[in-house]
Amino acid sequence: MAMYDGLFSVFGLKEWCDSNTTTGPMTMAELLAKSAGKADGAEVVTPFLETPFPSLDTLNKSCSAFPRTRDMTAWVEDGFLGIKDGLKYVLDPLTQPLSWALDGSLIFFEAIPWFVLIPALMAITYYTSRSISVMLLVMFSFLFMAFIDHYDRAIQTLSIIFVCTFICVLLGVPIGIAMSKNDRLQRITIPILDMLQTLPTFVYLIPLIFLFSVTESKLYGIAIILYAIVPVVRLTDLGIRLVDKDVIEAADAFGMTSRQKLLGVQIPLALPNIMAGVNQTIMMSLAMVVIASLVSAPGLGVLVLRGIRSLELGVGLVSGFCIVLLAVLLDRATKAALSRLNNTVEQ
Amino acid sequence: MSKTVKVSIKGLYKIFGDDSHAMLEHVKAGMGKPELLEKYGHVVGLQNIDIDINAGEITVIMGLSGSGKSTLIRHLNRLIEPTAGEIIVDGENVMAYDEAQLQSLRQNRMSMVFQKFALFPHRTVLENSGMARRVRGEDEASANKEGQKWLERVGLEGYEGHYPSQLSGGMQQRVGIARALASDSDIMLMDEAFSALDPLIRTDMQDLLLELQRELKKTVVFITHDLDESLKLADHLVILKDGAIIQQGEPQEILLHPNDPYIIDFISDINRARVLRVRSVMEKTTKAGSKITGEVDFDANLESVIAMSGGDTSKNYRVMKDGKQIGLLHMQELVRALVPTDAAEDGIRAGGTG
Repeated sequence: MAMYDGLFSVFGLKEWCDSNTTTGPMTMAELLAKSAGKADGAEVVTPFLETPFPSLDTLNKSCSAFPRTRDMTAWVEDGFLGIKDGLKYVLDPLTQPLSWALDGSLIFFEAIPWFVLIPALMAITYYTSRSISVMLLVMFSFLFMAFIDHYDRAIQTLSIIFVCTFICVLLGVPIGIAMSKNDRLQRITIPILDMLQTLPTFVYLIPLIFLFSVTESKLYGIAIILYAIVPVVRLTDLGIRLVDKDVIEAADAFGMTSRQKLLGVQIPLALPNIMAGVNQTIMMSLAMVVIASLVSAPGLGVLVLRGIRSLELGVGLVSGFCIVLLAVLLDRATKAALSRLNNTVEQ
Repeated sequence: MSKTVKVSIKGLYKIFGDDSHAMLEHVKAGMGKPELLEKYGHVVGLQNIDIDINAGEITVIMGLSGSGKSTLIRHLNRLIEPTAGEIIVDGENVMAYDEAQLQSLRQNRMSMVFQKFALFPHRTVLENSGMARRVRGEDEASANKEGQKWLERVGLEGYEGHYPSQLSGGMQQRVGIARALASDSDIMLMDEAFSALDPLIRTDMQDLLLELQRELKKTVVFITHDLDESLKLADHLVILKDGAIIQQGEPQEILLHPNDPYIIDFISDINRARVLRVRSVMEKTTKAGSKITGEVDFDANLESVIAMSGGDTSKNYRVMKDGKQIGLLHMQELVRALVPTDAAEDGIRAGGTG
């Protein structure tokens, strides 16, 4: 008999244990023990130092009415599956536009010929950053990736990042503004943001896979947005809270409405912080888009995944380098735009 | 000169803390600031403030830091809500205003100048100076026109396209004043407007304010911790200590008849000859006196009279106002007035002091 038999006897629960036996299939450990010749029920003296922790599995050995850990995970799964239909009913139509946006953007970017898209990207970079060197970096990076036939993948990745960052800003900035206006909302939101940021990226994917079909683009879209929205929310909140109190007081003293104050004073003065948040959001969506290739996100991540799965070292390394290149140029371009912004605000 | 009361503060109390209304009873019962803080953890900001602010005058509220003067000025446009009391502007109780009325008051009838300038760093000087007009919903052209006009008036033409951080402190405060003037409000609140500036620039700005005031006749409420500044600017001087008024009145009057040891301490270091005027020390009479040496203007300061007399204390002067005699100045009286006075024995302390 097992370790904690005595415990159940003392409390007179022996009866309950025996009457509620949950018989499940034999576990691997039990099977091994059996084949090793130790018959179930044989008296084994456990040394004191090896006393097992009274966990679910250990207690189950003494009292079969106790659930095992695998029963517990099965409940969690059943619970999730139970609410899945209802959740899907609400979330599916709500998130459908995300699929359209992601797919549409992919088709759009792939439809543009390379000799139009590369100059266009250069022009956008120059317009936002006013920096020749960053523009040249963009040009050479894309020409290099095109030369080694990674151009299409890179553009797919870029397209996903564009859509996801856009949605992150669209949702994150208003959330950040609301947080800065309301201390209670801030107290509630910050733990959620902390959780989103610390949750291992793979764990995001698990419930999403159950909720949506892996063939739908919104699956990876949601994973990326959840992961990448955090910095833009945080920094919008921080940026607005950091706006000089004296300036806000002046705005109040001259009778500005809260709308005038928000649009004319708070957002413009918080813009450097908000843009720093956008920069971080772009970086984080790039990190996530690689992992999202596990759930059918197209792009450079697929090649990295192939490198891992079939041990094609060269494929994985080269596509990894392309991701770094993409990260560097996205970072440089947004940072240059940011410093230009800082100059105008602080002049 | 008939005076009309523009702003009237009546029985104003401000107590900082969670349960300020309950504390009000204690303060009204005479509990002092340190006692309230120790017993209940509440801070008395202001207690029993009564001030009548006359139209077209500069009312200076003076006190050291922590005396509640900045809190007081923020009550006038309700940037801070009082615990109890009334604020009457043009006969209307501001405390009864709703959000929209309050906004309209701030947009049209009161403007404010800040110690730390509080200009919008992301807007040009011109955009800053025309800000009040734009807030009101006037179009860009008229806002810029007004902004331009007042920038020129404070001596900043040519700087329209600059950003505030490109200007020196004195110039930034000129923009602050232009911004307040461009709103065309009757009442101008100035919260330690010149305290952050260095002494020479400060004198310049005081002169600028007096010059503008002669022309515009605004109702100015000016906060300062600097006695020289307050004596220079004030038509009406209010001295604040620990959130209560110790004395208020005409500055010359306070100087000659201080009613509190605190004020005597305060005024003991100033140059009385420069601050006191002939009108305050003269004998009021229209009789022609004997042994008259000459004529002096009623508003001349004593320093200039001493210089004129060459230090001779036996002389007498005829005091003139608008070409008519209004009194006689005896040099002996003048010299006596230069000695710092003790507190007037019949002085009544206005409100309790902590």
